[in-house]
Amino acid sequence: MPLLEVRDLTVVFERKGEQPFTAVDHVSFDVEPGQTVGLVGESGCGKSVTSLAIMGLLPKRGARISGSVQYEGVNLLSLSDREMRDRRGRDLGMVFQDPLSSLNPVIPIGLQVTEVLERHRDMPRKKAMVEAAELLDKVGIPDPNRRLTEYPHQLSGGMRQRALIAIALACRPRLLIADEPTTALDVTIQAQILALLKELVRDMGTALVMITHDLGVVAGLCDEVNVLYAGRVVEKAQRHELFAAPRHPYTHGLLSSIPRLDAPRGERLNPIRGSVSDNIPWTEGCAFAPRCPNKLDVCVRVTPEQEDIGGGRLLRCHNPVKPPVAEEVSV
Amino acid sequence: MLRYTIRRLIQLVGVVLVLSLLLFAWLRALPGGPVSALLGERATPESREALTKQLGLDQPIFVQYFKFMGRALSGDFGVSTGVQPGDSALDIFLQRFPATIELSFLAIVIAIAVGIPLGYMAAKRRGGWFDNLSVGGSLLGVAVPVFFLAYVLKDVLSSALGLPTEGRQDAIDATRVTGFFVLDGVITQEWDAALNALEHLILPAIALATIPFAVVFRITRAAVLDVLDEDFVRTAESKGLTAPVIRRRHVLRNAMLPVVTTIGLQTGALLAGAVLTEKVFSFAGVGQALAIGFERRDYPVLLLLIIMATVVYVVVNLLVDLSYAIIDPRIRTR
Repeated sequence: MPLLEVRDLTVVFERKGEQPFTAVDHVSFDVEPGQTVGLVGESGCGKSVTSLAIMGLLPKRGARISGSVQYEGVNLLSLSDREMRDRRGRDLGMVFQDPLSSLNPVIPIGLQVTEVLERHRDMPRKKAMVEAAELLDKVGIPDPNRRLTEYPHQLSGGMRQRALIAIALACRPRLLIADEPTTALDVTIQAQILALLKELVRDMGTALVMITHDLGVVAGLCDEVNVLYAGRVVEKAQRHELFAAPRHPYTHGLLSSIPRLDAPRGERLNPIRGSVSDNIPWTEGCAFAPRCPNKLDVCVRVTPEQEDIGGGRLLRCHNPVKPPVAEEVSV
Repeated sequence: MLRYTIRRLIQLVGVVLVLSLLLFAWLRALPGGPVSALLGERATPESREALTKQLGLDQPIFVQYFKFMGRALSGDFGVSTGVQPGDSALDIFLQRFPATIELSFLAIVIAIAVGIPLGYMAAKRRGGWFDNLSVGGSLLGVAVPVFFLAYVLKDVLSSALGLPTEGRQDAIDATRVTGFFVLDGVITQEWDAALNALEHLILPAIALATIPFAVVFRITRAAVLDVLDEDFVRTAESKGLTAPVIRRRHVLRNAMLPVVTTIGLQTGALLAGAVLTEKVFSFAGVGQALAIGFERRDYPVLLLLIIMATVVYVVVNLLVDLSYAIIDPRIRTR
């Protein structure tokens, strides 16, 4: 049985006097215990909203959520606020994008780690402090006992993100959601944080939902990848299959827009034209159609359905990219 | 921190010197004067001249000023001519200062105790009926003149609540220790005296608290709204912390900086409000002395009380600045 089963998750934001906006549209995916699943897409594709909906962190007013999020067979969406509070931090942990703003600036790091231990593991403060020092040590923060008494502004960016990872994993949740955890960091630090996450989820057997716009992160970390566009999953595949033979024109575009070191001198970058917001709100047809090089007449009229194209791959496209022949043999 | 404190205190000395000079000149520029106030308009020129000479007002103003400053350095601030004629200005200050401190302290306690929780609740229910109602109410708190509200409390509410409306304490036998009547009652364990003094404080303190309350409420509401949008509040939620812990440790602690600043700045409003409130409630504090002092042109008392009010204002705001370091560690290590 999957650890997390997201089915037809839909989030509609409603504001008085404005058109309702569908940020997440019938998104479905599974996460097996210990598996790392990527949610990939550019800004505004609904990946963060998906993660906040799973965590129960969307505002009560203004957001209509439907579908189901089964965690070990329990639909998280049907839980009360109190029941969800008991699970957050204990069964589900989350790491956010900006480590500086995600830590409380006026209380010491130590308390920010121990409060989650005190809350979910009924530890007295003293015992929690010892455990917190071990946690900081485990995420690679040197001199943890001193760091416990320091404040977020006294730590470096990478250290702050390590502290946030320690907080999220303090109660050994079975599922960790990481929302662009390396975006706000230097490139060298990014690699360290990714290596740390990879090691921790492997050692602790934690399942990881990795939210990112960076295909490099996906390549290094994820077992399975869901590509989101405008709130919908447009392509789902195992990592190797996806990189070897992207079928959706959007995925294909993302991969070919990556700058290559071995490209001939003077070759131009290959961006996807336009942006997600160019075609919102769309009413019918494929949301990617206005930017799609493979567009057919049918694309603007009929919304493509999700199809199983074999090998555990799902695709939502009327006119997919042809798989390269040579590579199909090798796969 | 210590150097900062010392620098601020030296600045205070400069402020007091300049203020004393300005006040000295300004008080003497007011129409009328202590002589007319004491003798009335129909006094003979001879008696006027004699009194002018006796008070030293016939000398050039800078001579008067330096004589005053010379005496002030040895603790002599002159003798009252109007508030309590014959008493030294310093005695009047020492007598009345504790009364105003008691009153202002209770007022600011009321303003904080009501303003902060209400501000938090309004921010949490932003745009709801509670928010709209309390924002409107706080606007009323600022807009209604203190003296009007004071009379409403005095004439309408006092009988309903059975609270006294005049003075600091009924004529009961009470031992004086510090001059703070409530505190004295507690120290000497004369509980009835303490309670009686407290009852006398309630209505004037409510009248005095309205403006600081409204300001504290609005600043708290705005600060909490800002903090609620912060990422670390979402982190706190993602840890599954209980609502009271998130409120106290994560939201209010971060929202307190602007609120504390406001409370410091409200000291000025309290002193101004005390003049009106103490007059309405015949409360023998600094505010009442200022009101009477202006009517009767009591130069020595006015000079001392206004300077002391300034000192209190500066010291309170220095304490506020120092408290930032306790609230925000980023200031401490800078």
